[in-house]
Amino acid sequence: MRDTSHIASSTPHSQTLPAIQSSPFGAFWRALWAVVWKDLAAELRSRELLSSMLVFALLVILIFNFALELDARERANVTSGVLWVTFTFAGTLGLNRSMAIEKDRGCLDGLLLAPVDRSAIYFGKAFGNLVFMLVVELIVLPVYSLLYNTNLFLPGLLLVILLGSIGYVAVGTLLASMAVQARTRDVLLPILLFPVVIPVVIAAVKGSGGFLQGIPMDEITPWINLLIVYDVIFTAVAFMVFDYVVEE
Amino acid sequence: MIEVRKLVKRFGLKSVLRGLDFQVEAGEFVALLGPNGAGKTTFLRILASLSRPSLGDVRIGGYSLPAQASAVRRRLGVVSHLPLLYGDLTAAENLRFYGRMYGVADLNQRVDAVLELVGLAARQRDLVRTFSRGMQQRLAIGRAVLHDPEVMLFDEPHTGLDQDASNMLDTILREVAARGRTVVMTSHDLARTADLASRFDVLSRGAIVASVRRGEIETDQLPRFYREAVREA
Repeated sequence: MRDTSHIASSTPHSQTLPAIQSSPFGAFWRALWAVVWKDLAAELRSRELLSSMLVFALLVILIFNFALELDARERANVTSGVLWVTFTFAGTLGLNRSMAIEKDRGCLDGLLLAPVDRSAIYFGKAFGNLVFMLVVELIVLPVYSLLYNTNLFLPGLLLVILLGSIGYVAVGTLLASMAVQARTRDVLLPILLFPVVIPVVIAAVKGSGGFLQGIPMDEITPWINLLIVYDVIFTAVAFMVFDYVVEE
Repeated sequence: MIEVRKLVKRFGLKSVLRGLDFQVEAGEFVALLGPNGAGKTTFLRILASLSRPSLGDVRIGGYSLPAQASAVRRRLGVVSHLPLLYGDLTAAENLRFYGRMYGVADLNQRVDAVLELVGLAARQRDLVRTFSRGMQQRLAIGRAVLHDPEVMLFDEPHTGLDQDASNMLDTILREVAARGRTVVMTSHDLARTADLASRFDVLSRGAIVASVRRGEIETDQLPRFYREAVREA
């Protein structure tokens, strides 16, 4: 048997109590960044989540490229739709995987046992998911530009993609943490997510299409406003209800 | 240290815990025995603030659940049959991550000390997914004692371990308890708990149906005590 004499010789419990850094605000940010760091570090090693999202996204735009033989005018009309179909479905894969990693080895319980405001865990997971989604989008955009011969690097379009992704991830992370408790989590997440996220997808498709088709800014602004309002409301809702969603 | 009164937990129409009463003094090691489906894990999850009681009063270290859950969590270390560790992080990275979540000061030194405690210092840079089940469970104990909690909850910690790994785990459990911590451990392995616990409570059909201290019963009488308690419940 293993030699455990070093354990017995250690100082007793009361004398070894490690100091705890206890400012509530500091604890919130420390926990948030710890979750982000953990997700990024684990993903850099495994590349499970990003590779599945990326392969799926590239396959979708490739299939659309062969399925739709489009002239320049039609391309501008359908590009926003194709892009957001790609982003939302790839995003669902990522959200599912991100929470499944927490559930499979009981790590979600490990997170919930920490003496921090549980919204810090939500924001940490959401920020990590947003980073993964933006990475996939940053790779998909130039590939799409090449395949469809369309310039997608328009500041307005990039802003819509950022706002749409924030809204999608804000709701998606909350619903994924709910769906992960169920045995049918892979099927359940899209069923829960898509009805709720419809306003984001519509606003993002309209806003993206507006920039691609050169529509006047005053016609695009309402869609951008809708995205901002949706992002703020659903981030606030998630902040308030996450604790109840994850607790039995 | 732990005080539970008239605890009820319902999942829909089904009551899993039915008016459970339970007290543990500081420094006690209580083995919570019971058949499958008795409500042991549900009870431990409520103590760990992972599940809300439907009715009843739960206090740990003077703090009430769920109202003061954060203060309770700071005082708790939990080990379950799942390791609660990330396979794609190393042993040291896992502990550093949880240390940040708990706000442990002097984290690097504390992580080194804990890895030494559970005998994994030499494997600290290895990914946890390369560890055997026994090593993962030792690291899980390291994770649970990282912030030096006053109360430790173990939920079937021997599940899936072979004989050697179980013996090694028992040694660590004894040392964890010897440092004055209050320990509650669920198990249905009487032989293992007999050598570890200072008190044996039997949980059956959602309530504590019998309780005995180590000095009050011979170790070889424990299986009969358990069988009779479950039968009479």
